[in-house]
Amino acid sequence: MTNGNPIAIRADRVARHYQMGDALVRAVDDVSLEVGAGEFVALLGSSGSGKSTLLNLIAGLDRPTSGAIFAQNQNLAEMTPEELAHHRSHTVGIVFQAFNLLPRMTLEENVELPLRLAEVDREERTARVREAIERVRLAARLTHRPSELSGGEQQRTALARALVNRPSILLADEPTGNLDSATGDEIMNLLREINDTGMTIVMVTHEQPRAERYAHRMIHMKDGKVVADGGRA
Amino acid sequence: MKGRDLGELALRNLREAFLRNSLTTLGIAVGVASLIAMVSLGVGLQDFANDRLARSGLFDAIFVTPQSSAANFRGAQGPVFAPVQPAKPLDEDARQKMAALPNVVEVYPDIRFPTEIHFNGNPFATMAAGVAPAARKDGAFDGMKGSFFSGPDADEAILQIDLARQLSDQPDSLIGKSVVLRYAERQPLAPDGAGGAPDGFSIVPKEKSLRIVGIVETEPAGGIGSLGRGRLLIPLQLAEALRTTQANDLRDLLRGNPNQRSYESLTVRVNDPPKVKEVEDAIKDMGFTAFSLIDASKSLSIVFTVFDLFLGIFGSLALVVASLGIVNTLVMAILERRREIGIFKALGASDRDIRRLFFVEAGTMGLLGGVLGLFIGRLIGLAINFGTNFYLKRRSLPEISVTAVHWWMVVLAILFSILISLAAGIYPASRAAALDPVEALRYE
Repeated sequence: MTNGNPIAIRADRVARHYQMGDALVRAVDDVSLEVGAGEFVALLGSSGSGKSTLLNLIAGLDRPTSGAIFAQNQNLAEMTPEELAHHRSHTVGIVFQAFNLLPRMTLEENVELPLRLAEVDREERTARVREAIERVRLAARLTHRPSELSGGEQQRTALARALVNRPSILLADEPTGNLDSATGDEIMNLLREINDTGMTIVMVTHEQPRAERYAHRMIHMKDGKVVADGGRA
Repeated sequence: MKGRDLGELALRNLREAFLRNSLTTLGIAVGVASLIAMVSLGVGLQDFANDRLARSGLFDAIFVTPQSSAANFRGAQGPVFAPVQPAKPLDEDARQKMAALPNVVEVYPDIRFPTEIHFNGNPFATMAAGVAPAARKDGAFDGMKGSFFSGPDADEAILQIDLARQLSDQPDSLIGKSVVLRYAERQPLAPDGAGGAPDGFSIVPKEKSLRIVGIVETEPAGGIGSLGRGRLLIPLQLAEALRTTQANDLRDLLRGNPNQRSYESLTVRVNDPPKVKEVEDAIKDMGFTAFSLIDASKSLSIVFTVFDLFLGIFGSLALVVASLGIVNTLVMAILERRREIGIFKALGASDRDIRRLFFVEAGTMGLLGGVLGLFIGRLIGLAINFGTNFYLKRRSLPEISVTAVHWWMVVLAILFSILISLAAGIYPASRAAALDPVEALRYE
């Protein structure tokens, strides 16, 4: 179900199992799905349903135990560690619930970090950082450190950092989980604006009302499996 | 990640845990200082020994004598009783030819003669010797009282302390005073009535007044083949001009050529010890016997190389111990920066980037520790010099330098420090690079 758009992400019978003592944990179990380019997909489910694990697999932070997972037609399961790092650097941008900003860097330096890792020239970096920061409307806080920013500002910084290397897919893991309702809405509006520019977004959340309001499509997971995949409820 | 960005991030990380990283760097510095102090002591002693030997005139000098008739005595390899060929005379002509050889600084005869000096009306028998100008740098003249000769043919004398004590209870007071040198001069005979060359020479007693300009503690070495120069030293040109009778004068007489004066031996001084062999061979080709002590110098060099090696090994031990500090610091950094490493990986850092970042941090500590250690090591060297000279001064001995830092030591010490630090960083860097990003991001 990709609304006729080219496929941005495809999971083909993907499984991620963990061995914990004697028990085998099936975090993601035989999941197959497709996400079209430009879609805004919400992955919903209760804690332990496997939605974050699936997001990590799409992000290339983790590898599937079996199955294949494609992003921009590249099978992540067959990539070398270097290729996966390139995927994380150039194909996807990631936003976390806990923001994960580096506390000793300023807002500007945090946003610049992915460009350093991608070996982008210094002259171009400055322009891209300004562009990303303006996009999340934080131009006035360039030299502030994360501890000097509010939760919403921190998440907007994280969003700018995820966008600065111009990825084609934005992955967001509970982006509003640490924010109050109004600030959460601000972030969701930003995500919506970003999606309107054609960027594919996959967002993990357990807040169904928000997902219904902003996402094009909701995929429900339970015990590592997709139990429902459809449009807004 | 580009090198400049790696460097900036590494420096930022090092600044974050400033105290811990400074202490680790200081540990490296102490290790390098220990290494530098040990090796500079070994090299300094080697330089000192080489300098002393070079100044003794033994290692840049070739001792030349006329070819002995014994050269024809070849035992089983040739006729035992071959006819004795007259040896090529070691005369002024030969001396000039040797002086013209490449790399030869000077050629001078070993002039020594028995003399009687008169001071305050009292006679003193002693041995006098000519001293070449180049002997000024001999160790024997270090710390001498008074001064060296004012010119190569000045009517001046330097006394050895034992002779000076015979002349006066207060040897220092002799400087500036005059002594009368009595010697036997060799004078050519007048041509005979038939206009032929005279077949002999006469020996005439002569006197020369000399001003005492200096007093030396030790008798300067006389070069290879002689035990010492003498206790009354005069400029070599002056000694030659005095035409004193020499031991080989009788040989000249017996050979029927008493007016063609020859030398018993000549000392050829070369500008660089490694050139000695080349000059020595050239002199042998001219038909003279020549030998040098250059091989002994090589043996000394080997001894000191082994000595330096062991000092270096002991000095390195502290650096090896310090490298454990780097391992500890970086392992601690991994624990503290676990989440940060996860964030880096999530943003696109490869395992290689993380490994390089830790390597740069380790290498930077090595570089800073190396540079700091060089300064500390040099200070230790200077302290050793100071202590040694303090001791020597109390014993009225001339100052010396027993430690030396050469440029190659500076380069090697810093390189060694960086290499040891990088080696110490291998384990932490590999461990950091291998962190699972999902696990690392969960770490609180």
